[in-house]
Amino acid sequence: MDSLLTKMKEKGMKSLSPSKTKITVGMATCGIASGAELVYNALADEIEKQKLDIILSKTGCIGMCYREPLVDVIEPNRTRLTYSKVTPKNVIAILNQIAEGKSKDKKPYCRIDEEDLIINEEKIRYLTGALPDDIKAIPLMKEIDFYKKQVKIATRNCGFINPGNIDEYIARGGYFSLQKVLSNMEPVKVIEEVEGSGLRGRGGGGFSTGFKWRSCRNAPGEIKYVICNGDEGDPGAYMDRSIMEGDPHSVIEGMIIGAYAIGAHEGYIYVRDEYPLAVKALTLAISQAEEYGFLGKDIFNSGFSFDINISKGAGAFVCGESTALMASLEGKAGEPRAKYIHTIEHGLWDRPSNLNNVETWANVPVIISRGREWFSKIGYKKSTGTKVFSLVGNVKNIGLIEIPMGTTLKEIIYDIGGGIPKGKKFKAVQTGGPSGGCIPKELIDLPVDFDELTKVGSMMGSGGMIIMDETICMVDVARYFEEFLEGESCGKCVPCREGVRRMREILDDICKGNSKEGDVELLEDMSQAIIDGSLCALGGSAPNPVLSTIKYFRNEYNAHIREKKCPAGVCTEITRSD
Amino acid sequence: MDKVKNAKKNNKTIVEKYHGEKSSLIAMLQDIQKEYNFLPKDTLNLLSEETEIPLSRIYEVSTYYNSFSLKPQGRYVVQVCAGTACHIKGAPKLLSRLENELNIECGETTENLMFTLKDVRCLGCCSLAPVIKVDDHIHAYLTEDEIQGILENYRK
Ligand SMILES: Cc1cc2nc3c(=O)[nH]c(=O)nc-3n(C[C@H](O)[C@H](O)[C@H](O)COP(=O)(O)O)c2cc1C
Ligand code: FES
Repeated sequence: MDSLLTKMKEKGMKSLSPSKTKITVGMATCGIASGAELVYNALADEIEKQKLDIILSKTGCIGMCYREPLVDVIEPNRTRLTYSKVTPKNVIAILNQIAEGKSKDKKPYCRIDEEDLIINEEKIRYLTGALPDDIKAIPLMKEIDFYKKQVKIATRNCGFINPGNIDEYIARGGYFSLQKVLSNMEPVKVIEEVEGSGLRGRGGGGFSTGFKWRSCRNAPGEIKYVICNGDEGDPGAYMDRSIMEGDPHSVIEGMIIGAYAIGAHEGYIYVRDEYPLAVKALTLAISQAEEYGFLGKDIFNSGFSFDINISKGAGAFVCGESTALMASLEGKAGEPRAKYIHTIEHGLWDRPSNLNNVETWANVPVIISRGREWFSKIGYKKSTGTKVFSLVGNVKNIGLIEIPMGTTLKEIIYDIGGGIPKGKKFKAVQTGGPSGGCIPKELIDLPVDFDELTKVGSMMGSGGMIIMDETICMVDVARYFEEFLEGESCGKCVPCREGVRRMREILDDICKGNSKEGDVELLEDMSQAIIDGSLCALGGSAPNPVLSTIKYFRNEYNAHIREKKCPAGVCTEITRSD
Repeated sequence: MDKVKNAKKNNKTIVEKYHGEKSSLIAMLQDIQKEYNFLPKDTLNLLSEETEIPLSRIYEVSTYYNSFSLKPQGRYVVQVCAGTACHIKGAPKLLSRLENELNIECGETTENLMFTLKDVRCLGCCSLAPVIKVDDHIHAYLTEDEIQGILENYRK
């Protein structure tokens, strides 16, 4: 079997770095929306017209969204060049440059000479021989500010492989971890490895993944399920979309390993309705994995069998919550139930079920390959490894970043993000989605990990990081989130259904200048009641956006209430304070 | 008459695709909505007959999830992203401009059944905020002033 996988790897390598020129276009949802499809079509037309011997391929999102559309040129034995902000008009220039071997009209943005694969310590050498002078001036990708501090584990293949080609995934070390597990690791050993790595759930809660697997393994019952949470409901977050679209096999491989460790033979991936491309990529990947014998019966002749089904959500935020998600998988309305019945024992169809987030699953093959020691050395205190964030909002370098836990907000916003555009001042960063909060500029040296974010009244959440400058009104942001939650509350329990609505109404009044002294205190009191009385974590964390903005921006609330002024000038129904 | 027959045939194919599994109700409704652009009443009645899922449960599920519509929708569904990144970059202004241009409120459909206007939590294109999606096409870095032109393109 070993030799079979090695053969597939060779085949994949030929497709990754072929013996002739290859051009790849970043075609994730974000790429396409920035015009990548037009660029791809223009390239295809021109290659056809000029009868060029060039392979044209697609890849996922490498994270540099602020520079999209992106086009990579890989020529045999030469450095890998990335062109950014490419338009159909640039196509001829790029093709000419390939023909002439010189860059003139369209300058590449960055280059890669060689790459260290994180999964198995192998190197991919693009450049053999000397570096031409004109290329030297183009910065290495790993040296540009946006990438310098990044460590890519979960997003290791995004932007490097064609997600529709399983061979390319294998070429970069894919499915070798699965082989290792099935050929010489007992299930309990796999769990020990994952638990020892310190991996905590990337879906927001930060629960120990290994511990969860162990509990599910030990739960009584013959039939068990593993489930992947691809609901990615937090607004402003798109890491999971990017992984599902750009590297679906990393999630699938992680799930097979998890299923083996837990003793499950059936798995589900729950993808939100708004991600059609992710569904497409996963569907194709699953059928390829089945064809290669990585899914189905007797995987790697180990006697272990496992299948994966895909289920599409239908537009309900609360379905990202574990019990609601499982109800939705059963074809019901996705209402959460009380937490004291654990899904580990009574989950899908009342059977033991293990739910993990997309990014959590994508980490697993690397942990198996590199070992727990290696993984646990990356990160900060009790948060090991990396975290993928979507760095968006009022920041220069907008995109997806993967950084070691413990990287400070300052490093993220200024070193990686390049600071605030248009000469504006930084005001706050919002993390954790509607369950999180706003962190003020005074806390900019905060190391970002699960526990530090919770300590300051926010949350890791799934990884949305929305940077806000001085033109953003914090009361409006709080109002925005309560309105969001009011619409998404399933309505089953009163504190959440009525409480969140009342909070939104009070916030509306504050924004419109109809507020009175004491409203802030009222909001604080109500928050406590909602936290104490709600059935699920949606309600339990719903007051966070309000509490954190009151905590750090009380003056702004006071200006709205006492002076009927919005210092940021957002709430147009009251006068602007200058 | 033909219409009824057709509906029956369509439904049968959809139900058969999921082997009539009750747990696939959401997927079957998604397929029906894809076919008709909304969930027609007689189709739901048929679905209930064929799958033996009580009509009350079918309605519970179809009204619970945001993506289902029990009313006919416009030929083009305009989704305005109301995610955080888009919100702080002016999504509320885009929405009110669209409401004005189309002369409907968010959630409604124009009389000529051309456009349905909706808001959506996040389209996963937060790097290109603010964005709207018309059918399958995402319009990135959108400004208020571009809206009229975009709508004109679809009106043609
Ligand atoms: C209201 C609500 C929404 C949630 N949405 C998501 C989501 O979109 N994606 C996700 O992975 N986890 C979400 N979670 C967390 C899940 O309940 C669960 O903890 C997680 O998927 C477990 O995987 P992990 O341990 O790998 O993080 C949500 C929780 C709540 C309360
Ligand atoms: S916030 Fe608008 S696409 Fe994510």
